Amino acid sequence: MAHLELSRVVKRFDSTTILHGIDLRVEDGEFIVFVGPSGCGKSTLLRVISGLESPTAGDILIDGVNVNTVSAAHRGCAMVFQSYALYPHMTVYDNMAFGLENLGEDKAQIQAKVQSAAAQLRLQDLLQRKPTQLSGGQRQRVAIGRAIVRQPKLFLFDEPLSNLDAELRVSMRSELRELHARLQATMVYVTHDQVEAMTLADRIVVLRDGKIEQVGTPLALYNRPANVFVAGFIGSPRMNFFPAEVLRQSAGSLPLPANAHTVGLRPEHVLLGEAGPLEYRVQQVEQMGSTSLLRGTLAGSAGESQTPAHFEVVSNGQTTVKAGQTVRLSMPPAALHFFDEQGARLQELTS
Amino acid sequence: MLKFLTRSRGFQRFDWTDWLSYLYLSVGLFAMFAPIVWLVMSSLKTESALSQFPPTFLPYTQKTVQVAGFDKPLPLFMTIDDQGVQRPMAQVRRIGIMATMVDPARPDAPIQVNIKDRKPVNELKFAFGNYTELFGKFSFGLYLWNSVFITVVATLLTLLINSMAAFALSKYKFQGQKTVFVLIIATLMIPPTIVLVPVFLVINSVGLLNSLWGVILPAIATPTGVFLLRQYMLTIPDELLEAARMDNASEWRIYWKIVLPLSAPALAVLAIFSVMWRWNDFLLPLIVLSRSEFFTLQLALNSFQGELNTQWNYLLAMTVITLIPITLVFAFLQKYITTGIASAGVK
Repeated sequence: MAHLELSRVVKRFDSTTILHGIDLRVEDGEFIVFVGPSGCGKSTLLRVISGLESPTAGDILIDGVNVNTVSAAHRGCAMVFQSYALYPHMTVYDNMAFGLENLGEDKAQIQAKVQSAAAQLRLQDLLQRKPTQLSGGQRQRVAIGRAIVRQPKLFLFDEPLSNLDAELRVSMRSELRELHARLQATMVYVTHDQVEAMTLADRIVVLRDGKIEQVGTPLALYNRPANVFVAGFIGSPRMNFFPAEVLRQSAGSLPLPANAHTVGLRPEHVLLGEAGPLEYRVQQVEQMGSTSLLRGTLAGSAGESQTPAHFEVVSNGQTTVKAGQTVRLSMPPAALHFFDEQGARLQELTS
Repeated sequence: MLKFLTRSRGFQRFDWTDWLSYLYLSVGLFAMFAPIVWLVMSSLKTESALSQFPPTFLPYTQKTVQVAGFDKPLPLFMTIDDQGVQRPMAQVRRIGIMATMVDPARPDAPIQVNIKDRKPVNELKFAFGNYTELFGKFSFGLYLWNSVFITVVATLLTLLINSMAAFALSKYKFQGQKTVFVLIIATLMIPPTIVLVPVFLVINSVGLLNSLWGVILPAIATPTGVFLLRQYMLTIPDELLEAARMDNASEWRIYWKIVLPLSAPALAVLAIFSVMWRWNDFLLPLIVLSRSEFFTLQLALNSFQGELNTQWNYLLAMTVITLIPITLVFAFLQKYITTGIASAGVK
């Protein structure tokens, strides 16, 4: 249990700068998720926190103590790797006991700790197996077991679920959530999957190109994205963007900020209806049963680029709309997000 | 076994390619195995059988009989007399082309026989004495011990030193890493005979002449070993080492508990090579070890070959004995050689 503080952390490899001055405070017992597209520096940031990489500049504080010069071994962090990194020549028991042996604990104590960690993760029957004899989900649990057995101050997860199949990922997700509730430990979790981020995190850190775009609770990010990038990254299917001109030209009675350049609207907030002011050409229809996803273009959204922006609509239940049809839709003003030319969020009009 | 030996390309009948491959394999088998088989058979011959011409494949010796009235057993011949009757007779003595012979049944009636009219009676006899007498004769046990000591100690040290170098070269990033590696590999281009004299001078000046360590120490760092192990260790994922680092493991423990066990196949290959090199090594021991109590088996073999006479029967027997360890190593570890080389070479 610990709180973590990053201040102006910079990481450079040769001439390329991966992290441009990261400032972040992670509270005690918090589950924080770093999310971003690949190459955004989220894994590097995690490795800098773990001590496997040292920062080029800036400070890392764990419990208020600067750990810049403390080696990975002595920071009191435990890490779960994407490839699990289980020692292939050791049994599950030895894998979990290795860290404790390195700390020089006595055999009886090691056994007690490994047994209790194994019990928490339902690994008791597998302790004498080798990692190659385990399934992906079991290996994942061993990797987590190896982390919790040492009761670290800080848990670091580097895309731990990305090698699992979809079904297992969902169940592991809830297991992780449960684990966090039970251990009350501080956890830092890296993923590129925004669904994982939304479901697991207390707070999400959205990263792009080595910079923090926004930090906030999942719902804060969903409801009030700070810029176009976050708005597009969080939420699935992703938010529709179209030029503000479309609204200005339509019969529109919608008031919008003067400097609005781009308008965002989540597909699930669009209302289909004959009375709608906007025209929508449907190109594809995906019926999911409980919901339907329409893909198409918004009339008049071509703008200067001449290609109309893609526009998606999610409607509840099953739809009778066919591909090729043109329908009308309306947009609830409260669900609209406005962004300026630089992509930053503009204040809502109503407030 | 027969099924194995008559495997074909998958057709019911033998294809011409099958005939070709079997021919090729047989020729190869003969070329490689015939000298060994000949060596083993010859090592079982007595000294006189070895000097026989034409040579025989199986170890035949002339049969001897004990005849009353003579102290020593007499060699037995099959003689043909004028009537064409064949009789086995023992030779008492021979002068020129005439031999004095007796019938073993009637030792009191010697007759003269022309040596053209007789043929020696041979019997199959394995001269195991060549082997058993070795042990008493030439402090064989001592030579064997010297050889085994050098081979085992040098191999263990080779594995340790080379794996440490390979670990550093494959898993650490430091300035000049490439240069060091290239330098190590470059030493492969210097023939060992060229460095022989400098090595001798060094060994002499540190006072290791006529010491087994003088043979062991110069041989333990091999570029081949470093290269082989480094290539293999490159395939060990860095994440494992990082996980170990997170697990509070010291660098030594990472090497000892993670990297070494995972390099086992490559280590096995190097161990086999090292055993082979050290066991068969001749030149270095020859210049370093001049006193006979430090001789290795190879040196002892060499010393058997005297200037005037060579005791071939013992020499051959000893050659066979020196072959045995390598053969055993190969027989039991050949699986590792193929898999190890394959995985170490191809990344």
